[in-house]
Amino acid sequence: MGAQKKRAAAATAAARVSEDPDDLARQPLQAILLADSFTTKFRPITLERPKVLLPLVNVPMINYTLAWLEAAGVAEVFVFCCAHSKQVIDYLENSEWFSQPNFTVKTIESHNIISAGDALRLIYEQNVIHGDFVLISGDTVSNMLLTQALQEHKERKKKDNNAVMTMIIKKSKPSPITHQSRLGTDELFMAIDPNTKQLLYYEDKADHSKGTICLDKMLLAENPSISLHNDKQDCYIDICSPEVLSLFTDNFDYQHLRRHFVKGLLLDDIMGYKIFTHEIHSSYAARIDNYRSYDIVSKDIIQRWTYPYVPDVKFCGNRATKLERRGMYRASEIEQSRSAQVGSFTVIGCGTKIGSNSKISDSVIGEGCTIGSNVLIEGSYLWDNVIIEDGCELRHVIVCDGVIMKAGAVLKPGVVLSFKVVIGERFVVPAYSKVSLLQQPTVHDSDEELEYADNSSGTVEFSSIQGTADQSNGEMTSESSEAHKPKLGTGGVGYIWSICEGGQEEEWRHSVAPIPEDKLAELSEAMDDDQELVTQDRTALSTSGELISDSNASEGDDNEDSKDDSVYFEKEVEATFLRAVEENVKVDHVILEVNSLRLSYNMTSADCAGAVFYSMMKLAVKTPHSSASELQQNTANIITTWQKLLKSYLLEIDEEIEIILKFEEMCLESAKEFSPLFARILHILYDKDILQEDAILRWADEKEGADESDKVFVRQSEKFVQWLREASEEED
Amino acid sequence: MPDTQALVNDFLNKLKKRKIEGSQATARQTAELLRSVISQQRVPYTNQAGALIDAVKAIGEQLIAANPVELAVGNIVRRVLHIIREEDLSLTTAAIGGLNLSAVSDDENDDDRDGDSTLSAAAVAAAARSTLRPPSLQTLLEDTPVSAAVPQTSSSGGDSEGKSKSADKSSRSRKLKHDVIEAVNELIQDIVTCHEQIAEQAVEHIHQNEVILTLGSSRTVLEFLFAAKEKKRSFRVFVAEGAPRYQGHLLAKELVARGLQTTLITDSAVFAMISRVNMVIVGAHAVMANGGVIAPVGMNLVALAAQKHAVPFVVLAGSHKLCPLYPHNPEVLLNELRSPSELLDFGEFSDCMDFGSGSGSPLLHVVNPAFDYVPPKLVSLFITDAGGHNPSYMYRLIADYYSADDLVVQRRATAGN
Repeated sequence: MGAQKKRAAAATAAARVSEDPDDLARQPLQAILLADSFTTKFRPITLERPKVLLPLVNVPMINYTLAWLEAAGVAEVFVFCCAHSKQVIDYLENSEWFSQPNFTVKTIESHNIISAGDALRLIYEQNVIHGDFVLISGDTVSNMLLTQALQEHKERKKKDNNAVMTMIIKKSKPSPITHQSRLGTDELFMAIDPNTKQLLYYEDKADHSKGTICLDKMLLAENPSISLHNDKQDCYIDICSPEVLSLFTDNFDYQHLRRHFVKGLLLDDIMGYKIFTHEIHSSYAARIDNYRSYDIVSKDIIQRWTYPYVPDVKFCGNRATKLERRGMYRASEIEQSRSAQVGSFTVIGCGTKIGSNSKISDSVIGEGCTIGSNVLIEGSYLWDNVIIEDGCELRHVIVCDGVIMKAGAVLKPGVVLSFKVVIGERFVVPAYSKVSLLQQPTVHDSDEELEYADNSSGTVEFSSIQGTADQSNGEMTSESSEAHKPKLGTGGVGYIWSICEGGQEEEWRHSVAPIPEDKLAELSEAMDDDQELVTQDRTALSTSGELISDSNASEGDDNEDSKDDSVYFEKEVEATFLRAVEENVKVDHVILEVNSLRLSYNMTSADCAGAVFYSMMKLAVKTPHSSASELQQNTANIITTWQKLLKSYLLEIDEEIEIILKFEEMCLESAKEFSPLFARILHILYDKDILQEDAILRWADEKEGADESDKVFVRQSEKFVQWLREASEEED
Repeated sequence: MPDTQALVNDFLNKLKKRKIEGSQATARQTAELLRSVISQQRVPYTNQAGALIDAVKAIGEQLIAANPVELAVGNIVRRVLHIIREEDLSLTTAAIGGLNLSAVSDDENDDDRDGDSTLSAAAVAAAARSTLRPPSLQTLLEDTPVSAAVPQTSSSGGDSEGKSKSADKSSRSRKLKHDVIEAVNELIQDIVTCHEQIAEQAVEHIHQNEVILTLGSSRTVLEFLFAAKEKKRSFRVFVAEGAPRYQGHLLAKELVARGLQTTLITDSAVFAMISRVNMVIVGAHAVMANGGVIAPVGMNLVALAAQKHAVPFVVLAGSHKLCPLYPHNPEVLLNELRSPSELLDFGEFSDCMDFGSGSGSPLLHVVNPAFDYVPPKLVSLFITDAGGHNPSYMYRLIADYYSADDLVVQRRATAGN
């Protein structure tokens, strides 16, 4: 062993002295494995155990990474441990990784590191990297062969000393609806030179609400050809030259590997460093960045995309597991009741007991779990030694080691139960909640930019939690009532973490649970609007999500599909109008706002009139009233107050007719309360000079030939129309 | 000892991570590993064979568990165990019984049973003759040890020497080890040369102007066809490409490089082409004791097509592929499900596998099994390095190579250790 090391050292020394290409080729490949993601996405689990040791299909994640590095021909790996470093080091020391031939694992420990940039600076100081190295984080699953990528990297480096990094990418289409990749990360835009494969642009935080990305025009001027991709997934596997480390040292503000380093290099044209890409096709690579990717990668592993790193191949001392039909993996010593139904794509760990009539599908069950009878487990991840009592229901959740669920407890989709939580009898844990024995730290950093800044080492974290626990109680009551309800049913132990503001809306994006149908419908609606708007100037679509109310959602049933755009416009106008009413905005300003909306949606003034009128009537209905006459009074008041607004859109008779039609429609559908008042309100509108008699008469004439069902309101206002006709005749 | 342990671990790793491809390579490396295990093993004065058997079993069990799909590992472990037993038996008979040479040469073909050193050789020999089985069919027919399998020839060499030093116990132990290693060497030699030995028989089977169909790529088939070509036979080859790994493409390339008239077809076209074919010649992953074949996926389809058109279906298999197990046990009929990426491009289908929407359960399942099971009734002929055999004869051939004790007992015995 010692001799081997010496030889390796001698080889590296030789390589450093003479830059002979042959020597370079012989140099053992090194890798830096960051055993800390420097994010907080896996909290609260990561408060107690580092992310790299979390089981992925019953094997700690880091084993996938190490097994791959070993198979890919890496000779020496430096595992950089930060949060919970002791746990990582202990684990590695007890694992088989320290005793592999031709594969050395060394750990580097540091507690005061808060970002990947700091980690690389520290490694640079230690002067252990002597040649090209693979930079990877400990949560990456891959089975690619490095040889070709490495070869390309070396050849480029020989030709161009500035080619410092090769980034591995893989094709993966983002969802057109949610604008995120299947791994739950944001849609990534890359500009790549199709000939040289040089990376020219990298943007993973594009503003999707805009639907546009901005490219520097120099990019187009300088490069003869450029291809822009949004269907590439960044595998977070980088082959780097040693210069990368010194770059980090030179630029002490580089923290994040992508956000700062990659973007920094792409923008910096003084040094001229270049990043290249290598696309893999047949092999697999993915990084577990959030709960969703945990779910997706687990499923990919079960579906064997990561072969040979699959449960039934013992790639890293995992237990013998047998693959049965329909993708069922079962370890030995399982006690399963005859009536239990274990469905397809399920992994069941060693020594687990399953009671009668329980149903399990698409799930991973760890070792030594006890599952009672009549339990339903769907798409969930149970780690080791979990106890599920009779009649529990789990759908799309993550349950950590040692959790106890008392009889009849229910976990809604997206729930994460951290270590040793106890859920009381028949307690229903609401969707997307995170439950932990530890209280939520008070520092809420929903801001992505700050994410890594507060993720200090585990020990520090712990003390800070304990220290702030008392005072945090007070603060938390104001933030959420849930957080202050430490009981999880009778006998429950643990705290439900409050979901921080703003995060709530985005929670479904990164959760283990699939995106709920209504969210998808909502988003696809918004997207349809977007698509029609691409060519136009736009203003406020970003807040789209909140504006859709339930009553409107049901409207889009039958023939509304084609009219999505106008429906959407109406909602915007309504929101604007309501805000104006609440905040007493001046009529002129409201007109301005509605005008800008109208421009951005490319609507006619008739549409505006309809929408404004619709909002007004809606407001009238919503204003509390006890009788029809009161409602009429309300309506009259609102019309009086806002008549100027309405009139500003009633330039021609067509718009007035539009209003009547709109009103008719409302009476029929959304606001049936108006239907008895139709004629009277028509009268009010006439009185206020909003509608001219011509419009009303034209409307009546048009309706003449309509179906009987359509004529209800014409008939109701027959008298009024008659009166109008007579009046006009008199005038003549 | 630590050296062997490191070797074993290294090999175990390779097996576990599926780094070794092909049964021949696996078989050879297993045999080489076991040879070094035996040579490192310290042997006590009494019951040396027992010690060796235990050592080999202990390691063999690990090896088999490391990649249960690769049956060649188990085959070789069992063959080595058989060799130890045989050598031990022949030594014991020679030492204690003092039998004449002719008697021994008669015995050697029969004795496959455990040679317990405490029993008298005469008793063993008697027991072997009376209870075990009648003399091998081959010996009866040919009546000469010319085509006898390798371990037997080696044992005859071993015991002629063994006789001279029969009294000295310590030298006997060295003798046993030495003999075993010699025999394992021959086994390795056998594995290495199995292609040539099979290929030698090519001319007997491939005739002028015939059309041969094969599926996928097998080194044995390749050599077989080359051998026939070298003997100036002119024939044509249809190569079914062997989806999803398309190794048939490689085979076609090599065949063309050697000047063979080759036609490449898709697997699905096999049925359409089979009526023009005179003989199907394929390789195998393993041959089971009942004459069934575990072969690359798609082979059953070819075999059925061949049966339909009464085309001979010939399987080439080196003797290391003969597995003494019967395929009624599902544990034996293991299949390797490989990565779906061999079938389809992940990127293109990534939207079908977005589990983030809908029910969250995958709607697209991709199954990529590596092997097919071809039942014995579809196989016309096996060509091994020991000649051509009927499927129904495979169990006899296997009985020549393996001790009945090692077939099933192995796991239980080692679990006890």
